[in-house]
Amino acid sequence: METLGHLMDGFGVALSWFNFLMVIVGVTLGLFIGAMPGLGSVNGVAILLPMIVQVPATSGIIFLGAIYYGAMYGGAISSIMLGIPGASTAVATTFDGRPMARKGLADQALVAAASASFVGGTISVVLFTMFAPPLAAVALKFGPPEEFALMLLAFATFIGLGGDDIPKTFFSIAIGLVLSAVGLDIVSGEPRLTFFDISGFLHGVNFLVLAIGIYGIGEILWTLETSGGKVEMSQATVSVKRILASLKKLIGSIWTMLMGSFLGFFVGILPAAGATPGSLMAYGLAKSLDKNPETFGEGNIKGVAAPEAANNAASTGSMLPMLTLGIPGSPTTAILLGGMVIWGLEPGPRLFETEPQFVWGLIASLYIANFFSLVVNIAFIPAFISVLKTPFTILAPIIFILCVVGGYAPTQDMHDVWLMFLFGVVGYLMRKLDYPMAPAVLAIVLGPLAETSMRQSLLMSSGSPAIFFNRPIAAAITVIAIILLALPLIKFFKNKRTS
Amino acid sequence: MSTRTAELLMAVIMALASIALMYKSSELPIGWIAEEGPGGGAFPFWLSAVMLVCCLWTLFNWFKRATPQSRSDEPYFPGDAFVQFLIGAGSLGVMIGLIHFIGVYGAIPFLIIFYMRFVGDHSWGLTLLLAFGMPIIILLFFEKMLTITLPKGMTEQLFVDYVYDWMYTDWFAWLGSDD
Repeated sequence: METLGHLMDGFGVALSWFNFLMVIVGVTLGLFIGAMPGLGSVNGVAILLPMIVQVPATSGIIFLGAIYYGAMYGGAISSIMLGIPGASTAVATTFDGRPMARKGLADQALVAAASASFVGGTISVVLFTMFAPPLAAVALKFGPPEEFALMLLAFATFIGLGGDDIPKTFFSIAIGLVLSAVGLDIVSGEPRLTFFDISGFLHGVNFLVLAIGIYGIGEILWTLETSGGKVEMSQATVSVKRILASLKKLIGSIWTMLMGSFLGFFVGILPAAGATPGSLMAYGLAKSLDKNPETFGEGNIKGVAAPEAANNAASTGSMLPMLTLGIPGSPTTAILLGGMVIWGLEPGPRLFETEPQFVWGLIASLYIANFFSLVVNIAFIPAFISVLKTPFTILAPIIFILCVVGGYAPTQDMHDVWLMFLFGVVGYLMRKLDYPMAPAVLAIVLGPLAETSMRQSLLMSSGSPAIFFNRPIAAAITVIAIILLALPLIKFFKNKRTS
Repeated sequence: MSTRTAELLMAVIMALASIALMYKSSELPIGWIAEEGPGGGAFPFWLSAVMLVCCLWTLFNWFKRATPQSRSDEPYFPGDAFVQFLIGAGSLGVMIGLIHFIGVYGAIPFLIIFYMRFVGDHSWGLTLLLAFGMPIIILLFFEKMLTITLPKGMTEQLFVDYVYDWMYTDWFAWLGSDD
């Protein structure tokens, strides 16, 4: 009851006219930053943090929180409309969002993304309010073995994301993981896989370089082949009636959204996990649990709803370790944490007692930002749809330019632009041979975390893999992951025997 | 080239790439180091080995004609797909190459004019509007608003002489002035 009172006070703070204005401006800015390929919430928050340090702490963090939420919504827009994930958190949205847009159902996909994000955001705020302190304690019990088990579980769900060709799916995961190892070795600090001593390899391969290459350049080359370069991207239409019909259709995905929200929130609160693994796992789980898993990747609305609910729930979830323990759950919260320190606040368990107005004001503003993101997003759907009606010979060079600029922005190195070009061309040639590309992108995102947690775990156990089975939480997750990994293999060999 | 031949070529090229990655990974220790745990090369080395096994598995499937691609005699690039691929990938490759010399703001008009006018047959008016409007939008959004500097090649001096002063002038300074 006391927490509810705090939350109400928080709404009082968030709804003051200045803070309210901050929410609206933040959400709109975040939406556009998130929709740009290559720029996500982390860029938005990082770029605008220095400009906002002059305002009071509560208003400042509310503004940054609103950008965070807006960008989460925005990431889905470029995933659906252009097939390029705006940020790693929106990678999973591309799998079904893009095929829906190609079928002329872009408005439905956008409504699904916005509504699922809203559901995820709402549930996570409720969960946050109810379970903040005990959940923080559970999350704290996650050591390297549990983290690695979780990564293993995520990879196991990726196997389901690939096609029927098992070796090609495994290949895709392995190459993504190897690419994530390029750069400096995390333990010894020595250069690793730096081909021809090119200095550009030293900073590693940014996941965006691979994602934009495959989903941006590769997608355009694919469309050029299928369309002959002459036709429009798709025949998209939009009307209030269609949007309402889409909302009605979404009711069938309510369980998927709920699953995504709970899963996303829990993965979000794990230190160093964040929204990306949350959304990917939600997608994998939604596919595994569905009666028609083969429709995923072809434009199934649940394939948009699950990851979008999860990534928004996870962004609220990742605030939990940041506020209660001072541990950021994602890169964006790491920057928010930096902002809190600039404002003279001390993150940690005492923050809830010493600065309740700040904490609950932030939580309430996240909820308000969530609502306004929905409104702003739906209001802009007609504008987004008009992009799809543009002739392809106009859209293709614009997308190419956005890919080049987006690939350059994170590291400001032309080496990455050339790598992106190479990945785009090779990815396109491989896709024509049915090599699934999604697992590679997911693997490069989770690779560094998987390697670090595996090496730390093995160091703890002096090299014995039994550590993944000795600890109860790690053991349970590892066993589930092994079962999930084994299922497609068993099915594969069974099919072979019968044929 | 048939899809079946392409499948074979891709598997062989990827197998060779896997071996190269294994070789390169083994420059760092790939075994167990006392007090330090797995060597720095272990993670990429064994994963490259997995890649190699997957390629061999794909080659095995190719010989057994077990997958749709290994059975298909359809052309790998049907119709004019190869021409489309060359236009798309070629123009982008040239544009990226041009960035080194004439910068992003010189390369953007090149790509737009080539694509819109010569591939898409759009009017000169629309083509030039986008060819010169797009760099301005990119400049204002990335460089001015997000302070991300883009490469300018030999056009850098032009920006120093003519653009930066204009771009970073606080046009509304007089509003906040106390004078």
